[in-house]
Amino acid sequence: MREELIISGRMNPMVDPTLNIWHWQIPLYLFLGGVAAGILFFASLYYIMGREKKYPAAIKWAPMVTPFLLILGLAALFLDLNHKAYFWQLYLAIRIESPMSWGAWALMVITPLSIAWSASWLKELFPGWHWKYTFLEELETWFIKYRLIFAWIMLFYAVVLGVYTGILLSAFNARPLWNTSILGPLFLASSLSTGAAVIMLMAKSHLERNIFSRIDLIMIGIELFLIVHMFMGFQASTQVQIDAANMFLGGPYTEVFWIFVVLIGMLLPAFLEVLELLGYKIPIAITSTLVLTGGFFLRFIIVYAGQASRYLY
Amino acid sequence: MRFAMAIDTRKCVGCSDCVVACQTENAVPIGYCRDWIVEVNDGTYPQLVMEIRSERCNHCSNSPCVRCCPTGASHYDYGGIVLVTPHKCIGCGACIASCPYDARYPHPKGYVDKCTFCVHRVKEGLPPACVAVCPTKCLYFGDTDDPRSEISLVLKKRKYKRLIPEAGTNPNLYFLI
Repeated sequence: MREELIISGRMNPMVDPTLNIWHWQIPLYLFLGGVAAGILFFASLYYIMGREKKYPAAIKWAPMVTPFLLILGLAALFLDLNHKAYFWQLYLAIRIESPMSWGAWALMVITPLSIAWSASWLKELFPGWHWKYTFLEELETWFIKYRLIFAWIMLFYAVVLGVYTGILLSAFNARPLWNTSILGPLFLASSLSTGAAVIMLMAKSHLERNIFSRIDLIMIGIELFLIVHMFMGFQASTQVQIDAANMFLGGPYTEVFWIFVVLIGMLLPAFLEVLELLGYKIPIAITSTLVLTGGFFLRFIIVYAGQASRYLY
Repeated sequence: MRFAMAIDTRKCVGCSDCVVACQTENAVPIGYCRDWIVEVNDGTYPQLVMEIRSERCNHCSNSPCVRCCPTGASHYDYGGIVLVTPHKCIGCGACIASCPYDARYPHPKGYVDKCTFCVHRVKEGLPPACVAVCPTKCLYFGDTDDPRSEISLVLKKRKYKRLIPEAGTNPNLYFLI
């Protein structure tokens, strides 16, 4: 049986012939937000565990980049909006059913928190740092006094930020590729992995670099497991999800996904990390860059491929 | 009250009058449309079956677009009609991505637009523009909660299908087959 489908009268821009509503801005934000979530997760976790001396890069140095990542990501999100002048409507509603709504609120909490967290370490990292205004000094002492409480809040919101980007996409049952609950944990694992990569890059001590290299290795293992699990789930599901999986198993996204995400972004850095743990000298910048490249491509490919996957009726 | 539409695929000839009527009635920007014609040809020559459908927003009872809207701009309105409040819409595109029927589009002014079942006409007791102009009278509009309405009667009499109910949307367009 052959089927021919003609749709006449409809050629809505950004919807036909295939959905093209989200461009580079969304995956870029998902990547930047993910990296920031990963860094802040480790910063707050190890602060709570009292490893301040042992892991200065994770707790003090790496969080310095997170405000920039988050603000850049927010700027990308803003650029994506079609009705920009009304963006503030996001903050007039709390909608539990909409992952985008709780994501917007999570960003509202974690962005200022990341700025305060970074600022509170400035004096320690740069001796001779002075705040220009006394109220900033007072704010700093107040924040430092309650830093442990803030660390708990940050830990929670870092997980929310890391996981919501995946849930955001998986909530769209109209796009079979996104409509899998694996996407939440996969994006969380990817954000922890890329966060660990940035910490590795900024770590000065061999011990810290080693620990985060190990963490990254575990995260890559989890990601690989989730990817295999995701495709197994698709193959055992409905026709539309089988079609969605086939985009990556012989379809147009096969090469780019398995080469850039799995090979270059996961297997290669995992191999380098194993070599490093075995005692070989591997430049950390290479491993970190590979991991970050993988995370970047994962978001781009999933966002673009998801829009191409659809129900046919 | 539950507004719905039935489309008789055996009477529809695919003339696109409903599309043009909608564009005129609702001042739809040029190059966009809220309703459209789908023509499905099935089989190989000479065993061919053809189905013509006039499609639009399904005004689903479990709308993914309403669920994922972060501001509440997409909402259920009069008689279950799904509407967008332009001044609440930020144009994030979540509802467009969430619709399995691809019934929504970004209006050039920025907000998201779609079929309204001509709610402004329905409130005055008139049928939607597409229904009013249909030359073959293949479109039925009405309240399915009222067992004596024209649409309820035709749905009792005829066999129908709904489009991808497996997407969990509980759609309110009935295609008479």
